[in-house]
Amino acid sequence: MKKILVVDDDPYILMSLEFLMKKEGFDVKVARNGTEALDIIQQETPALVLLDIMMPDMDGYAICKHIKGNKKLQHIKVVFLSAKSKESDIQKGYDLGASLYVTKPFSTRDLMKKVRELLAAA
Amino acid sequence: MSNWIVIGTALAYLFLLFGIAYYAEYRMKKGKSLISNPYVYALSLGVFCTAWTYYGSVGQASTRGIDFITVYIGPTIMAALFWPMLRKIIRICHTQRINSIADFISTRYGKNFSLAVVITILCVLGIIPYIALQLKAISASMGILAKSGPEQSGLSGFLGDNTFYISLALAAFITLFGTRSIDASEKHEGLVAAVAFESVVKLLAFLAVGLFVTYGIFNGFGDIFTRASADLSLKKLFVLEENSTYSSWFFLCMLSMLAIVFLPRQFQMGVVENTNESHVKKAIWVFPLYLLLINIFVLPIAFGGKLIFAQTDVHADTYVLSLPLHYGADILSLLTFIGGFSAATSMIIVETIALSTMMSNNIATPLLLTSKRFRSGREGSFSKIILNIRRFSILLIILLAYMYDKMVALHISLVSIGLISFAAVAQFAPALIGGIYWKQASQKGAMAGILLGFVIWFYTAIIPSMANAGIIGNDMLLNGLFGQSWLRPTALFGLEGMDSISHCFFWSMLFNIGSFVAVSINSGKSDQERYQAEIFVDIFRHANSPATGTFWKGTASMPDLSDLISNFLGRDRAQKLIRQYAQRHQIPLDQKNADPRMVNFAEKVLSGVIGSASARIMVGTVTKEENIRIDEVLRILQESQQMIELNKELRRKSLELQKATDELRKANDQLRDMDEIKDEFLYTVTHELRTPLTSIRAMAEIIYDNPEMEADEKTRFISGIIRETERLSHLISQVLNLERYESGRQKLNSSAVQLNTLLNNIIDSVEPLAMEKNIRIIRNWPDAMYLLQCDAALIEQVVYNLLTNAIRFSPENHGIIKVSIRNNHDEWEVWVEDNGKGIPADLHTLIFDKFFQARNQTLRKPEGTGLGLAICKKIIDMHGGKIWVESEEGKGSKFIFTLPLQ
Repeated sequence: MKKILVVDDDPYILMSLEFLMKKEGFDVKVARNGTEALDIIQQETPALVLLDIMMPDMDGYAICKHIKGNKKLQHIKVVFLSAKSKESDIQKGYDLGASLYVTKPFSTRDLMKKVRELLAAA
Repeated sequence: MSNWIVIGTALAYLFLLFGIAYYAEYRMKKGKSLISNPYVYALSLGVFCTAWTYYGSVGQASTRGIDFITVYIGPTIMAALFWPMLRKIIRICHTQRINSIADFISTRYGKNFSLAVVITILCVLGIIPYIALQLKAISASMGILAKSGPEQSGLSGFLGDNTFYISLALAAFITLFGTRSIDASEKHEGLVAAVAFESVVKLLAFLAVGLFVTYGIFNGFGDIFTRASADLSLKKLFVLEENSTYSSWFFLCMLSMLAIVFLPRQFQMGVVENTNESHVKKAIWVFPLYLLLINIFVLPIAFGGKLIFAQTDVHADTYVLSLPLHYGADILSLLTFIGGFSAATSMIIVETIALSTMMSNNIATPLLLTSKRFRSGREGSFSKIILNIRRFSILLIILLAYMYDKMVALHISLVSIGLISFAAVAQFAPALIGGIYWKQASQKGAMAGILLGFVIWFYTAIIPSMANAGIIGNDMLLNGLFGQSWLRPTALFGLEGMDSISHCFFWSMLFNIGSFVAVSINSGKSDQERYQAEIFVDIFRHANSPATGTFWKGTASMPDLSDLISNFLGRDRAQKLIRQYAQRHQIPLDQKNADPRMVNFAEKVLSGVIGSASARIMVGTVTKEENIRIDEVLRILQESQQMIELNKELRRKSLELQKATDELRKANDQLRDMDEIKDEFLYTVTHELRTPLTSIRAMAEIIYDNPEMEADEKTRFISGIIRETERLSHLISQVLNLERYESGRQKLNSSAVQLNTLLNNIIDSVEPLAMEKNIRIIRNWPDAMYLLQCDAALIEQVVYNLLTNAIRFSPENHGIIKVSIRNNHDEWEVWVEDNGKGIPADLHTLIFDKFFQARNQTLRKPEGTGLGLAICKKIIDMHGGKIWVESEEGKGSKFIFTLPLQ
């Protein structure tokens, strides 16, 4: 069972994505901030992280950088989910090694499709 | 007084002049010009006051009363016209390198050679007697001082005559300082300094005599005038004579008005030696003031002399000197003599320079230049020859004047010789003034006017004075030429009852102006003339045009041209001038044919050395001139003028454009800034909207896609949707509120409010929220009335925002919030303190910006719209209060706002 980590500080988004991933049959972990997210990544090494950018303690870019800068972790696929929709923000996400950058609000159906594809390719 | 003391004093004074002139030239070489000063310029115009003023005014006043003053009223009136007229003449001279009045008129009328010659001859004829008059004054005053009549020393031959040696010394002085430089249009700084100094000396000396007579011999002005009016022979001097006086006043004023500009010495000092046009402004009042001062004591001295020398044969022209001598004031007498000496010498010096320049440039040099032998002279040799011609002219003029003095001048009073000279130079006025204001004025007209004027002048002024002096018979005066009584020189065409000078002036000017105008209108003009007319009349438009000067079309080889200039100036100086000019106008020098501008320049340079007519001839020798049509020349001149104006216009336009562009750019920048702010605001707003929207969409899709989901789970999602929808509407209303406050559309709805009641209400409403996090809210104000005027709903919003923020940032379980009211003079202060983590100092003002958090970091605050504090600030601003935060990191925050009591 593939492990997926969902990181977002908004409880309703977290709740929704957790529901969807579980229904898809993934092993879902959730984190409400950057610190929690780093802990879970370290301990569980998920196959994919759905990552919000703006969070209270650290931003999603820093987490992505941490993942991609670590040999043991860099295989983890990162999908940014963010309200930041500027071209430069998106570019920055891809530059840091993200597999996908999805701007909010998004279609849950499309998102799930993309996640499936990404995990199938791995 | 011993003869030797007198001569010694005179020579010592001359040495002093040498010293001053040397010093001025020394200063000039060091670049610290002594004479480039408006006061020195005004004083140098004082060369107008000669021995005639110094001795003659008193003489005239003692026989004709106040009449003498006309000669000073004219210049005073003219001074008012200095700025429009004299400045124009100065500008023309400086741009055309003109160095004398003859040069000026001949240049204006097509650089006509014969006109220059005629004017020069007439100047010499008219002025030599005037110079002689000065020599006469010198010798007479020396004679009086040495107690021996001038006749006695004169009889022993000129070798025994003091005046002869003084004349030679003057000639030496003039040669030394007047022919320094080959370029006569260059300034004679030493001379000007000496002349200005002499103006001071004669004024001080005359004032000294005046004070001595008025307060030393008599008891002030009142005393002299009382005693004079008691004397029957003097009483008539107090009133103007009845017949002809008014007309003679008018004509003498006119005459002296012209003299102050057209006498060669005045032209020299006022125009040629002028270093700065703006000096003319100062002279407009300083020069009349000088004339006033030097005339203040004329009447007292005249009356004093009359009263004291009533029964003697002391001539009134000598009163100035005789009075102090009579009272044994030897030092004062000597000073008086020096004053008169300075008046005479300054006139002689300047007049001689001016005449010698005219003679050498307009007569001698052109004659020499026609000789082939002279033309083939070696480089630089011309300059020596020309300087020698000028030196010789100086000596010749001085000697002529000396001879005239010895032979003719004995019987003519100082004043009449002076006035005759005035009338002579007045003949140049129509041609000159007409020349600078009237383009139609032609060379033939000028020639006709000047010649006819001079004939009349000679006939009505010189013939009578010669007859009076006994040189010719009286017959013509009494019966007229050929026995025709209407041709009597003093009553031409039967005009009687005028004094002779007014009579001369009237007829000569009438004929002069009449023929000048009539001939000008009816005569054709050469191309060169029309070209010069254009430049002279419109000098202020053309002064900066490179095309002013002769217009040469045709070719001159550059080496020839350069050789020509070298011949006159020496190779080094010539090369330097050419290089400078080429550099300034970016003319390439390596081409074989000289640029037309360079040909012009060569002519102008030579004009300064040999006069414009000669310069034209010389440049003509190296130029193969093509026939050039005047319309072409005028077209080119006008084009260059148009170019200048076009350029000006263009520059003005481009400046305007630049300004408009700058303003536009500024406006654009502002707009872009506003746009950026708006963009950012929009971006931030949409960003803030996206989050709840995302949740709502996700939850709605889940419910839709999963109809089989359990009921309690469905409820969870649906209530989530409701909560997020509320959040959305709150955000939207906040944005709209802020927009309303910022745009000023929100009006305050003020009423009397109890501040403590308002605070209590809000605290009551947020207390449940605080309870959830186990946070305590303390109400910290004594029981009292806290009345103020404000919009209660808005202030409630402020307090609500501050309190919810405080609750949000206070630690769970042990958070404490304290709300206080303080009275501070005429306002209430409300404090909202928490014990949260505090705010770093650098953010204390930034947090009141809207969406500060979203904009400044990628981290997100836990909750809130990011607009709360911005809205608070807006509302408090609207009430005329202030809001700020005091906080340190880790030590909680204290938000304070103030409200005026009103």
